[in-house]
This record gives sequence, C-alpha cells and structure tokens, in this order.
Amino acid sequence: MEIGLNHYLVLSTILFAIGLLGVIRRKNLLMLFFATEILLNSVNISFAAISHYYGDLTGQMFAFFVIAIAASEVAVGLGLLIVWHKKHNNIDLDSMSTMRG
Amino acid sequence: MELFLYTALFSPLVGSLFAALFGASPKTKIAGIVPSILLGVSFLSSLILLVLVMGTGLTLHVEMMTWMATGDLYIPFGFVVDEVSVTMMIVVTLVSTVVHVYAIGYMDHDKGFNRFFSYLSAFVFSMMILVMSDNFAGLFIGWEGVGLCSWLLIGFWYHKESASWAANEAFIMNRIADLGMLIGIFLIYWNTGTLQYEEAFAVMPSLSTDILTWMGIFLFIGAMGKSAQFPLHTWLADAMEGPTPVSALIHAATMVTAGVYLVVRANPLYELIPSVGLFIASLGAFVALFAASMALVNRDMKRVIAYSTLSQLGYMFAAAGLGAYWVALFHLMAHAFFKALLFLGAGNVMHAMHDELDPFKMGGLSKVMKGTFLMMTIASVALAGIFPLAGFFSKDLILEVAFVEHHYIIYTVLLFTAGLTAFYSFRLVALIFHGEDRYKLFGIHPHEAYKFMLIAMSPLLLLAIIAGAFKMSYFEMVTNLLPATEYHVHSAATYWIMTIGTQIFVALAILYAYKKYTRKDIVVPDGTSKMENSFAYKLLINQYYIPYFYQEYIVKAYRELSEVFWTKIDQKVVDATVDGIANVFYQTGERTRVMQSGNLSTMLKWMVAGTVALLSLAVVFGLAARYSAEIKTFLSGLGV
Repeated sequence: MEIGLNHYLVLSTILFAIGLLGVIRRKNLLMLFFATEILLNSVNISFAAISHYYGDLTGQMFAFFVIAIAASEVAVGLGLLIVWHKKHNNIDLDSMSTMRG
Repeated sequence: MELFLYTALFSPLVGSLFAALFGASPKTKIAGIVPSILLGVSFLSSLILLVLVMGTGLTLHVEMMTWMATGDLYIPFGFVVDEVSVTMMIVVTLVSTVVHVYAIGYMDHDKGFNRFFSYLSAFVFSMMILVMSDNFAGLFIGWEGVGLCSWLLIGFWYHKESASWAANEAFIMNRIADLGMLIGIFLIYWNTGTLQYEEAFAVMPSLSTDILTWMGIFLFIGAMGKSAQFPLHTWLADAMEGPTPVSALIHAATMVTAGVYLVVRANPLYELIPSVGLFIASLGAFVALFAASMALVNRDMKRVIAYSTLSQLGYMFAAAGLGAYWVALFHLMAHAFFKALLFLGAGNVMHAMHDELDPFKMGGLSKVMKGTFLMMTIASVALAGIFPLAGFFSKDLILEVAFVEHHYIIYTVLLFTAGLTAFYSFRLVALIFHGEDRYKLFGIHPHEAYKFMLIAMSPLLLLAIIAGAFKMSYFEMVTNLLPATEYHVHSAATYWIMTIGTQIFVALAILYAYKKYTRKDIVVPDGTSKMENSFAYKLLINQYYIPYFYQEYIVKAYRELSEVFWTKIDQKVVDATVDGIANVFYQTGERTRVMQSGNLSTMLKWMVAGTVALLSLAVVFGLAARYSAEIKTFLSGLGV
C-alpha cells in the first residue's frame, strides 16, 4: 500500500489530539511541555506532507520556523520551570495560582 | 439711529449683569444705582426713537445677526422700531426706570437687594426683546424670558412657601398657555413659510379661513396665559406674593400686557378672522366684570389692585377684539402709568404698616402719609375714568368703540364694570386713608416713605393726569401701522348723554364707596357679620371657587394620575425593563466568573474549548458558503 498524503494527515490529527489531551489533562508542568511539543510537531508533519504533496517548499520552510520557535519557547519555559522548582520544590500546575483575581 | 436702538435694548442687560456681579455679596447701593441709570439711558434712547418715529414717520428695522439658517428656515435676530413697538418701549422703559429707583428705597432693608436688581433688569431686557423683535421666534424668546424673570421675582422670597408656590403656579400656567402659542407659531411657519411679521402677514390673506382661525386661536391662548385671562387667571392674584415693585412693573404695567401687544401686533391676522375677534372681545368683557366682582370684597390690598389689573386687561382685549387696536394700545399705555402708580403707592402703605395688607386694619392714614395719599387718590381717579385724567380718555373710548360697533351687551357689561371699578378703587382708598385710625389698635406707627421714592413716582403721577392729552397725536402716529378707525358716536346728543351719564354713574359709585367705608363704626371683619355669611360674599371672596376647583379636580387628579404612572408604569415597566437588562449582565458575570479560577490547567481547558468552538464555527460557515446555492433552493422550497 502506497503511503499517501491522507496517512500523514491522519497521523498528524492523531498526534494533535494526543497533544491536546495532554494539554488538558496533565498536571505536571514538564509533561505539559511535552504535550505542547507534540502539538507543534503534529502541525509540522502536516506542513511537510502538504508541502511535498504540492511540490511547494514554503510549507517545509514554515516547519523549520516552527521548530526554531518551539526550541526557543522550551528554552525559556524550562528556565522558568527550574526557577519555580528551586523556589517551591514542585512543578505541579494546580499550585500555580498566584495570578488568581 | 441704530445706536439708539441697541442702547435701548442692551442697557438693561448690562445693568442686570452688573448687578449680578454683586449677587453673592452683601447689599451695596451701587448694585441698585447703576442698573437704574442704565435704564434711564434706555428710556432716553427710546424717547429719541419715539421722536424720530413720530417726527419723520420712518421706522427702523435692523438685523443684528443670523440666528438660524437651515434650508428654508431663516430666523435672524432682527429688531424693529415702529409705531407699535416704540409705544411699548416707552411704556416699558419709563415704568421700569421709575420702579428701579423706587425699589432702591423699597428694598432697602432686604438681604437680596443686589439679586433683586439683577432679576429686575433682566426682566426689562426680556421685555424689550419681546416688543422689539421683528419675528415670532424673537417674540417667543422674550415671551419665555419674561416668564422666567416673573418666576424668579414672584418667588423672590423663596424661603416663604406661599411665595415659591405662587411662583410655580404662575410659571406652570404660563407654560400651558405657551404651548398654545408655540402651536400657533408652528402653524404660521407651516402655512406661510416664514416667521417675519411683515412677510407672514403679507401671505395670510391668501390662506383659508380655517387655518387662519386656528392660528388666531392658538396665538390667543398664549396671550390668555400671559395676560391672565379666564380660565388661566388665578396666577395673577397669587403673584402678589412677590415684592411690590415687581407687582407694579411686571404684573400691572408690562408683562401682563404682552398678550394685548401680541393681539395688536398680529392685527393683520385678526382683521381676517372677525369671529375670533368677537370671541376675544366677549372674553375680555367677561373678564372685566368677573375680575371686578372679585375685587369688590377682597381684603388684601394688593390682590384688589391685581383684580383691577385683570379687569383692565379685559377692557384692552375687548377693544382689540373689536378691531380697535390703537384704542387697546392707548389704554395699555395709560393703564400702565396709573396702575404702576397705584401699586407703588400700595407699596408705601405696606412699608408704613409693616407689611400689613388688610385695609380694614388701616384707616386714617391720610394724616401721616400725605404724598402717598395724594398719589393713590389721583391714580384711583384716573382708573375710575373721571375727566380729565388718563383713564377717562382711554377707557371711555373703549366704551364708545363697543357702542359704535353695535355690541350693546359688551357695552353694557363694560359700563357696569366701570361703576364697579370706581367702587372698589375708592373702597380701598377710603379704607386705607380715611375713617378712624384703626391701625392704632394693632400698635403700628406708620411713617411716610423716603422722599426720593415719592419723587421717583412723580413722573407716573404726571402721566396719569395728562396722558389723555396725547390722544390725538398718538392716534396720528400709531395709525400709520394700525387700522385707522375713528370711533365717533353719530349723534352729538347721544355722545353727550353717554359721556355725562358714565361720569355721573362712576361719580355715584365713588360717593357710595366713600359713604360706606368712611363710617366711624367700621371694624375689622371677623366673619360673624350678616354680609360675610351671605352666599354672594362667600362666592366672591373664594374667587368663585375656581382655585378650589383647580386644586380639587385638576391638581389632585393630576397628582393621583402621576402616582399611578409612577408606581405602575414607571416602576413596573420602565424601571423593570432597565433593571432587567442590567440584571442579565450582572447574572451572566456572576455565573461565568468561576471560569477565572486562576488555575492554569482550567484556563488551558477553556482555551481548548474556545479553539474548538471557533473551529466548528469556521467549518459551519465554510460549509454554508460552499453550499449557499443549495441552501437557497431548499429554503425557497419551504416557502420562506
């Protein structure tokens, strides 16, 4: 069976759903970051696949940008996470409610 | 010449603003003197204009600036000095100058001295706008301006509940009538396309009689309010709560005659609708008798004079309604002089008697107040219409008009009223100045007013005596503008019988009043005498129960209706709707605030929910756009 565009898109959708579920359900901040990465990379897959399908490089270029931005976002996020852990000795999402109005 | 026009018009305004500068500071003489001088300047300018108009027959018409110009509507601030307005200007500025100077003395001990002059000059300015405007819109501004100043001045002693009540009554009654006037002005604009007097009156002959009749009726409703004609008359007697100079200026000489001025000014309109004119004349005659009858028994000196004013306004309307506009205007002028004099004299008496108003508690004041006694007697003689004082020429002329025009009922009513007028005027003079010194029982030590107050009154005294001499020259001047009908009784014998008969009738009424009220045994009525318990007396002293009727059947009914509207409609419908809308937002906020828990994971959930919602919307709209043609055919198949 030839692997076509649809397979990639289905894979991307499944990954996106997994990521979304992770964002909703996870209480551990580190796991939340993983879930975000899955979300972003699921989009990257569809970008690359569609780009290949149309023979247009713009999509793959975009995927590179997403990877770069995701990397920097994780760098910032991990930095904050380490500071938070040093201060409070946990990385539980429910404990972060100092912004509550 | 425009300089004089603007000086005459704006001097009172400058005076008012000057006095207003001292509004909050303690009494300063200068706040009274400067407005008085400025009014004198205004009077001199008016006099120069009168000489100009009389001498050359020219009229002055200036347009100061454009006020409103949109589409077809063009209303300028235009002023006209013609034979009619110059008469009014002279009357207004002369009487107000006298009253201002008088008030410096009269208001001497009042805390609101500065405020008083500010209001009084503002009134004169409004009145000048009213009489000088060349269009109905300007007239209306002046009309409302005098209404406002009248309200301020009646309620001048606002700490007295009766005064503020009377002020509100006058204001509200005038507003009711002003609505009629406003409708009249709208009718004129709709049908003639302009509010300028000349242009509007030029178009009127080509309009249908129905429209003209409505115009005439509605304008006259406005005049009825301002001139306190039946059934809007009750405010005038209550307006006597104001300081006496105000009563003299506003409620005798000037403002209340604005209605007569309006009818005279609109004479080309009323010429076209004689039926409305006849109605005006009949109402005028009725009011003359009606008011005079109430004056017969009243025990408040100022109210008696107020009813007398009402009665004389009735005479003026009777003349104007019969088409004798110049006669109405002439009586207006003469009446302004002697009635203002009478009021100012009453003010002196009030001062002397420490604000006592009941003439039964006075008596014998002629010994201590010679000047005032002389002036009030002459003013009363003029009012009664005894030859050769002013009232004889103007009032007898109105009787002649009614006779010559063959309205014998109006003539009889007016003749009878002339007798009543003489009676109540001299009832007052006799009770105040003659007989026993009843005031001693009340421990009052009367004194004459300041000399300068008496000197200030003297121009009015002079005019009350000699105004009749100007009759022919006045006739020649004013009939350049007004219909020049001379009223002569055809046979000389009838004329002499009428004139001498009227004189004898009036003289008898005076003698009877003197005889009745200078007796030694007059006591302050205590409600026990037979006369006081008679039906007629009760009817008259209660003003035909009209104020009672208004209170019971209009004020109370209106109040109850308002209560219903307040509790049922305003609270239950309007407030409920507004509160309901506010409640929806309030409750929504209350319910949804739990979303903002501050918990990151909850917020993320909401974010996802929002994304899903937006995505589904995008899908729905995308599908709708994709299949729009199919949806349309489907909907048309359903018959939508």
